[in-house]
Amino acid sequence: MAKVEFRNVRKSYGALQVIHGVDASVADGEFIVIVGPSGCGKSTLLRMVAGLEAITEGEIAIGDRVVNALEPKDRDIAMVFQNYALYPHMSVYDNMAYGLKIRGMSKTDIDERVKRAAGILELGPLLDRRPRQLSGGQRQRVAMGRAIVREPKVFLFDEPLSNLDAKLRVQMRFEIQKLHRQLGTTALYVTHDQVEAMTLAHRMIVMNAGRAEQVGTPMEVYDDPATRFVAGFIGSPSMNFLSGKGAGTGRVALAHGGIVRHANGQVDTGRDVVVGIRPEHLVECGAPDAMFSAVVELVEQLGADTLVHLRHGEDAAVVRQPHSRQREAGTTMHVTADPARVYLFDAGSGARIR
Amino acid sequence: MEKRVVFRSWWLPYVLVAPQLAITIVFFFWPAGQAVWQSLLAQDPFGISVEFVGLENFANLVADEHYLASFQVTAVFSLLVAGVGMSVSLLLAVFADRAIRGAGLYKTLIIWPYAVAPVVAAILWLFLFNPTLGVVAHWMRALGMTWDPLLDSGDALALIVIAATWKQVSYNFLFFLAGLQSIPKSLIEAAAIDGAGPGRRFWTIVFPLLSPTTFFLLVVNIIHAFFDTFAIVDAATGGGPGQATEILVYKVYKDGFKALDLGGSAAQSVILMAIVIALTVVQFRYIERKVQY
Repeated sequence: MAKVEFRNVRKSYGALQVIHGVDASVADGEFIVIVGPSGCGKSTLLRMVAGLEAITEGEIAIGDRVVNALEPKDRDIAMVFQNYALYPHMSVYDNMAYGLKIRGMSKTDIDERVKRAAGILELGPLLDRRPRQLSGGQRQRVAMGRAIVREPKVFLFDEPLSNLDAKLRVQMRFEIQKLHRQLGTTALYVTHDQVEAMTLAHRMIVMNAGRAEQVGTPMEVYDDPATRFVAGFIGSPSMNFLSGKGAGTGRVALAHGGIVRHANGQVDTGRDVVVGIRPEHLVECGAPDAMFSAVVELVEQLGADTLVHLRHGEDAAVVRQPHSRQREAGTTMHVTADPARVYLFDAGSGARIR
Repeated sequence: MEKRVVFRSWWLPYVLVAPQLAITIVFFFWPAGQAVWQSLLAQDPFGISVEFVGLENFANLVADEHYLASFQVTAVFSLLVAGVGMSVSLLLAVFADRAIRGAGLYKTLIIWPYAVAPVVAAILWLFLFNPTLGVVAHWMRALGMTWDPLLDSGDALALIVIAATWKQVSYNFLFFLAGLQSIPKSLIEAAAIDGAGPGRRFWTIVFPLLSPTTFFLLVVNIIHAFFDTFAIVDAATGGGPGQATEILVYKVYKDGFKALDLGGSAAQSVILMAIVIALTVVQFRYIERKVQY
């Protein structure tokens, strides 16, 4: 077990820089999720920790050792790949034992560790099978087994659940959580799925275009997003963004009509801002109390919730209502929100205005 | 569900397969049948008298030490061509798989020899290794090595092995490269994280995963060495010195068309045919079962 530190880590391919200086520190035993859209550099960052990609600039330290110059095998890490990367010509047992054999461990020790890992992951009856004789979920478990038998300082997960179907994904998510509680090993987990990030992470690193936009606990990131990107990426359905201009203390005039009250103090009158309100924070109200009014474009019934899609000039907004009230497309809906739940972002940079 | 096509007229299916059947009959069954029939006959060199001798030709072959020697030469030759050819091509393929810059050029250069006709390849190597004219022979002499493929049987065998291997490397290379590229990179990375160095990764991960390719190439290379090397032998050594490079297929030609022992030659080709059929069966059996993972 160990802490992991990123110190101004950069990655370039030739002249193209893809990671622009990431700073973060992961505490011993912490479960960190690196989340972001595809192409944001999250996998590259993880592969730099693993030693599969060279670090162009900056440092990564595992424990107290800077690992920049170390080979993957000397970093004391184990990785679970998206496609599992099981050795197809070896049995489940041999897949898990491979790394231990190479490290020259005795047969009895190997056997003990493999059996123990198989016990934890319920792989006991499958040890003689080849990977192709296993289902997706079982392969996933073997891949995790191969990682845990090594008893590494850090686990690296590279989108381990994205090849599974939705139901299995939920189940494996639960198992990964359980496993981490049991082993307590520091883990770095890369995903593009914000639900996985919210549920698994102690803290998450939200990445966008090669930058770590925010590092924080899931609820910090949800309640207090640092940028417009983070606000839009975390939360489902994603936050509504409406363009507007500052209109005196605590007020923003929306571009397509309406005044939004917010708790962010003074915003220069006439300054271009983007108002962010989560769908679950918009509530229907009477016309006199409304922040704005908009035409209902589409109604999606999800059972427990109803999503009402609104058209507000060029902007769109979604209202999440707890129970299904009949609502016709084409009618007008008046909505408001708690000013404390209204976020403001700079229209140009996307930075949060507080 | 098997999908069955039903033809309205009874003759159409026969017409559709007729061209393929005609080709197979004219170019395989007929000559093969002729060879089998010939192998049971004895004919005088001028073709005046023909006599049915049953299996006497085969009996003679089995007793003929030259024929058995030719078998041995063929075995050594084929194993060398397959072994050296496959090792070299695997090595080249591993390099090409790692090459980032100039990979296209590198591949093209390696594939080129495949386009060279066997006779041309043989003559090329014959010239390079000619004891009086050859550049390579000159270098070898400068290094103090004795080299004379015209007199020394080992040198002669080495010459045709080199020429035949060189021709086949391109083909093997293509298959090995394709095989290497179909191995997911993450497997290699996983092995690296598991602690395996490059050599170990190759022998425990890459090589086993290449085994279907390797097996296929082994069969193809042995068949190549058995049959396709006729032109190389003919142009480079003519089976000599003595019978040192007289491989089976060359002996068929020499006994039949030079020594005019048509019955004996036919018997040899029947045996060759049996060998190639056996090899093909082995290969199909193996591929049917797919490979062990």
